Amino acid sequence: MTMATVDNQHSLSGEKNRKATKSLPEAARWISVAGRMAIPLMMLVLLITAWSLYVWAFDVPHYILPSPMRVAVALYTDWPILAPALLVTLKITFTALTIALVGGVALAVLMAQSRIAERALYPYAVILQVTPIVAIAPLILIYAPSTQAALLICAWIVAFFPILSNTVQGLKSTDHNLLNLFELYGASRWQTLVYLKMPNALPYFLAGLKIAGGLALIAAVVAEFAAGSAGAGSGLAFRLLESQFRLNIPRLFAALFLLSLTGVAIFLTTNTISYLLLRKWHESALKREN
Amino acid sequence: MKTSPTDRNDALGQATGTVAKAPALVSLKNVSKTFANGTVALRDMSLDISRGDFVSLLGPSGCGKSTALRIIAGLGDASSGSLAWPVRSPVDDKSGTGGPNQDISFVFQEPTLMPWASVFSNVYLPLRLKGLSRTAAREDVMDALQMVGLESSAGSYPRELSGGMKMRVSIARALVTKPKLLLMDEPFAALDEITRFKLNNDLLHLWEKFGWTVIFVTHSVFESVYLSNRIIVMAARPGRVVQDIAVDAPYPREEEFRTSDTYNDYCRQASQALHSAMEVSEPA
Repeated sequence: MTMATVDNQHSLSGEKNRKATKSLPEAARWISVAGRMAIPLMMLVLLITAWSLYVWAFDVPHYILPSPMRVAVALYTDWPILAPALLVTLKITFTALTIALVGGVALAVLMAQSRIAERALYPYAVILQVTPIVAIAPLILIYAPSTQAALLICAWIVAFFPILSNTVQGLKSTDHNLLNLFELYGASRWQTLVYLKMPNALPYFLAGLKIAGGLALIAAVVAEFAAGSAGAGSGLAFRLLESQFRLNIPRLFAALFLLSLTGVAIFLTTNTISYLLLRKWHESALKREN
Repeated sequence: MKTSPTDRNDALGQATGTVAKAPALVSLKNVSKTFANGTVALRDMSLDISRGDFVSLLGPSGCGKSTALRIIAGLGDASSGSLAWPVRSPVDDKSGTGGPNQDISFVFQEPTLMPWASVFSNVYLPLRLKGLSRTAAREDVMDALQMVGLESSAGSYPRELSGGMKMRVSIARALVTKPKLLLMDEPFAALDEITRFKLNNDLLHLWEKFGWTVIFVTHSVFESVYLSNRIIVMAARPGRVVQDIAVDAPYPREEEFRTSDTYNDYCRQASQALHSAMEVSEPA
């Protein structure tokens, strides 16, 4: 009985020791995270204060530059108008991104597997990419069955190229000796693709995805500017234009704020996905060891 | 004393086996290789490799030793000449083309590991490509890792390992298929001397235990003498065999061998051969 208690105590103190040693770097990590967050946060406070002071001191009319407070109020009161618009923009962006992802990867695999497919398709992918989307948008608006579809096509065209070109690059930059090794062991084309080329292309694909995520949002907004669509199904870009026409600048800022927020969210999401997939092996996700 | 390659060729050709100690496992006859840019990497290379031998291909860079190894591995064809596997049974040669693949393993100068895969998965690769499940392959993979002393690192990733350990993983991957012929292309050239000596010893122990045939490409005289029982000295531009040295020193060879007179004598002989090979080589 006593032995058991002693043992218990031992194990307890052992546990405590372990926790203590573990919590020390843990705490240090939190402090360093807080430290890293503190500087941009202070900068934010500083900027908002400066903005408020400027508007207050020079008595700037709110239809020229609203105070941050007014923007916040507009965000709150106009939420019933802005929220559906945000939803539309989000839907277009993410649908376009998803199709771009599937299509870009599928096309990249096809091009990496067949030189004929690459020669046939790649130049046209490039042409589609280098022609400014604003210039093609009016045409797409004529041919697409609906404005929504047109916006989707525009966003897709812009988002799909970085995924395609990066993935092709990744699939082709496989270590030659590893390819030799696969050949030596009699690997099929399919095995070489799945076990070697695809994992090798993953960091490239993810870099493409990061770019595509941002571009999809930009394209969704630009296409909507070009379309100038109105009504129930319109997104944030239309609300921006509308606010400008009506000189409702606080709402314009609120819409802008939501767009930036969306962009940041997409950036953080793609970065996190990339980190999670690469953290075990790729240089980009690893800390330097010195 | 070994016979010269020509004698052995004759013996094999007549199938009487009067002189040959062991049947040739692989036999190159007048193999030449000219690259697309006109470089003659190999000219008329004839070589019989006996089963169980540890053969080093020694020569200056550009002498075609790696090219010869790749041709034997089936990674690229010879421009002319032939490659034969005299003792291969039809069972070994499933493709029926006389090609290799079934029982050959290759170790490159670089560890050539997949950075996204754990040590286990890297060693598992050859078996995975053969269609074995992870569970079915587990025992073989762990055996191979144990041979190179890395069974405790199965879950690590290549980036977590030192250069020597990466090379051990690469060797384990080559051994996991239980090959009959192990082709090594300057496998230890990028390692520091202490690690290289250690790996030399470990490789020799495994070779003595399992009795594979090894063809070992190196540019180090000392390494070739320490490891092999036969050194093929090659000259460059065009790549060709200039001398065939039999190293008649008994195995097991341990660190003491590195300081013995026999070792020194063979090193001198191989060095001289290499020097004359350099002299007949066109300048790089």
